[in-house]
Amino acid sequence: MKHIISALVENKPGVLAQVAGMFAARAFNIDSLVVGRTEDPKLSRMTIVVVGDDRVVEQVRKQLAKVVPVVKVQDFAGEPVVARDLMLISVAAPPDKRPEMLSLIEMFKGKVVDLGPKFIMVEVSGPEAKIEAFISACKPYGIKSVARTGTIAMPRAAKTDV
Amino acid sequence: MTSQPSSSARPTASKGKSSLKTGAQIIVDTLIELGVDTMFGYPGGVVLPLFDKLYDAPINFILPRHEQGACHMADAYARASGKVGVVLATSGPGACNLVTGLATANMDSIPLVAMTGQVRTELIGNDAFQEADTTGVTRPVTKYNCIVKDVKDLARLIKEAFHIASTGRPGPVLIDIPVDVQVNKTSTDGPDKIDLPGYRVRTKGHARQISMAAEAINNSKQPVLYVGGGVIIANASEELRALAQKANLPVTTTLLGLGSYDQSRPESLDMLGMHGTAYANFAVQECDLLIAVGARFDDRVTGKLDTFAPHAKIIHIDIDPSSISKNVHVDIPVVGDAKHILAEMVKEVKHQPRKRWFSKIAEWKKKFPLRYDKNSSEIKPQYVIDEVCRQTKGRAIITTGVGQNQMWAAQFYHYSMPRQLISSGGLGTMGFGLPAAIGAQIAKPDMTVIDIDGDHSFNMTLTEIPTAVEHNLPIKVCIMNNGYMGMVRQWQELFYGRRYSKSYLSNPDYATVARALGAVGETCDKKADVPKVIKAMLAEKRPCVVDFRIEREENVWPMVAAGKSLSEMDGLDILERLI
Repeated sequence: MKHIISALVENKPGVLAQVAGMFAARAFNIDSLVVGRTEDPKLSRMTIVVVGDDRVVEQVRKQLAKVVPVVKVQDFAGEPVVARDLMLISVAAPPDKRPEMLSLIEMFKGKVVDLGPKFIMVEVSGPEAKIEAFISACKPYGIKSVARTGTIAMPRAAKTDV
Repeated sequence: MTSQPSSSARPTASKGKSSLKTGAQIIVDTLIELGVDTMFGYPGGVVLPLFDKLYDAPINFILPRHEQGACHMADAYARASGKVGVVLATSGPGACNLVTGLATANMDSIPLVAMTGQVRTELIGNDAFQEADTTGVTRPVTKYNCIVKDVKDLARLIKEAFHIASTGRPGPVLIDIPVDVQVNKTSTDGPDKIDLPGYRVRTKGHARQISMAAEAINNSKQPVLYVGGGVIIANASEELRALAQKANLPVTTTLLGLGSYDQSRPESLDMLGMHGTAYANFAVQECDLLIAVGARFDDRVTGKLDTFAPHAKIIHIDIDPSSISKNVHVDIPVVGDAKHILAEMVKEVKHQPRKRWFSKIAEWKKKFPLRYDKNSSEIKPQYVIDEVCRQTKGRAIITTGVGQNQMWAAQFYHYSMPRQLISSGGLGTMGFGLPAAIGAQIAKPDMTVIDIDGDHSFNMTLTEIPTAVEHNLPIKVCIMNNGYMGMVRQWQELFYGRRYSKSYLSNPDYATVARALGAVGETCDKKADVPKVIKAMLAEKRPCVVDFRIEREENVWPMVAAGKSLSEMDGLDILERLI
């Protein structure tokens, strides 16, 4: 099962390497790992999507908490949470296919961010399932390249004391 | 760890508002402020500013022949004394040579602070001479590491390193210090308070969990205490004794737990696991309650996990939450310091007679004691250790290599005091024995320190004999010389059809080597000579190496083969035939 784990870490050099190294050393599988600043310049947030059974994920949580510069760890599994990915995707769209393509983009509430003679670049954000669905929908047209941020997440209003 | 001065810093006399100090001076002053009086290390290009300040510092500095030796010495110094071991090395090769020692300390949770020099800050990343990415190389084998980029942070980072190394589940911490940071000056009134928002240590156990654990003990008919090195680290042997004796519990220990409980007591089951006693393993397999304290359910202890302690409810007391339910499911976890938790539990447990349980254990003990062939005309390694134990009255500090020598030292020496056995358990580092004996002897100058070693383990670090000679350390090395990598050979005999692939090599004459290096060297190749050779060895004031030519193909019995259940012990029939 996929778990979204959110870790508040000290914003200092080497922290990413410490966390990534721990995952590698303990053979945990990472689906995605996103790091970004927070409202506090001393802290960053890592959002890590891991796959594993409950025992594995419990170990991930504990081992993460053990890394010295990791301040707080939360597993969002089973909690109401807003989770989002952002994707840039470049899809083949020759002039005759463009109207079709644009309606597809509209359906997914995507945005055209660049237009070339053969390809268009689209920005899509949303839950991971939506991103995957958009990729599948684009496949028949021909995908040139995909860049994704990986998941970031935040619990819904009831529990925002992170 | 309580014996280390707390890092809440006594102010140093020299701390004036206006004074400027170099990084090197700050390092030395901070170490002294933290109570460091002994260090191990090796100089090199980018630590020269620091070594210059050490020239007249009031610190006993031990210079090894190899940085790995320094690291094991500092590790054993920490194990023997309970203080933080401190090791210093230069950049690149110096730092890389620490890796085995750091990994050894990391696996066994030993408080160690390593300081390494680094190339000048502006050269980092340029593949400069003797540059290595030291924090990158050592990250997986340390509890924490960091590089100091600004001399203003130096004092604080050193204090944080000692704090992290010595608290919670201890471990090695490395600080990488570029040479320019050692030279740069800063005012000494900067903030040096520990600032670690992500590092919190839970010492007190949860009261309700403690009560649940005590109740489970009171209700148990067939309990076993399973004790690891954590009890020794926590200085909790006294509380352990009180608990076991008040609640009337049999006690088995891991390799690193040996010494935490007096093995001469009738309720001691000695060591459990792969080469543990049958009575310890059978008791674990049949117990209804397993109380693990400061132990981590290592595969060498549990054997096949699915069949480990199948009838037992499990209590696990550990300061590291990630140890709990890592390998086995735990019913009652108690996170915190073993000393505190055991003391609390003592208040709540009641004495239960458990006559049937203890008589069952007594039967196993009678039927399956550890034994060896006393009638053999060859020198049996177990006999040597038996004799060493007898002549030292079980009061020596024992260090070991890794392999058969280590298992025999665990089985046949009888430990009664914490910090008495110093052995590389988790990592199983061959070559640990000799530098460990040096570190332990420096920590405990009045005790007899004996390295029970294997010939191949000894080969790996015998370069440290001159270090012992130089410092007049009366360490004793007993080489269990069978001309093989004994444990490798044993596995090849049992599991690879006696194909002894690369498990032997030609050894030098160790007595001659020892003498050439300035130590006393003896050879013992007759069984009848063993007692007098040991007597002479113990009387020796200089470092002394004795080469015992033991029976070449002696095996360690009993044994739980890898992947087998603890109840499937091989070799019991062999031991039963010996009287």
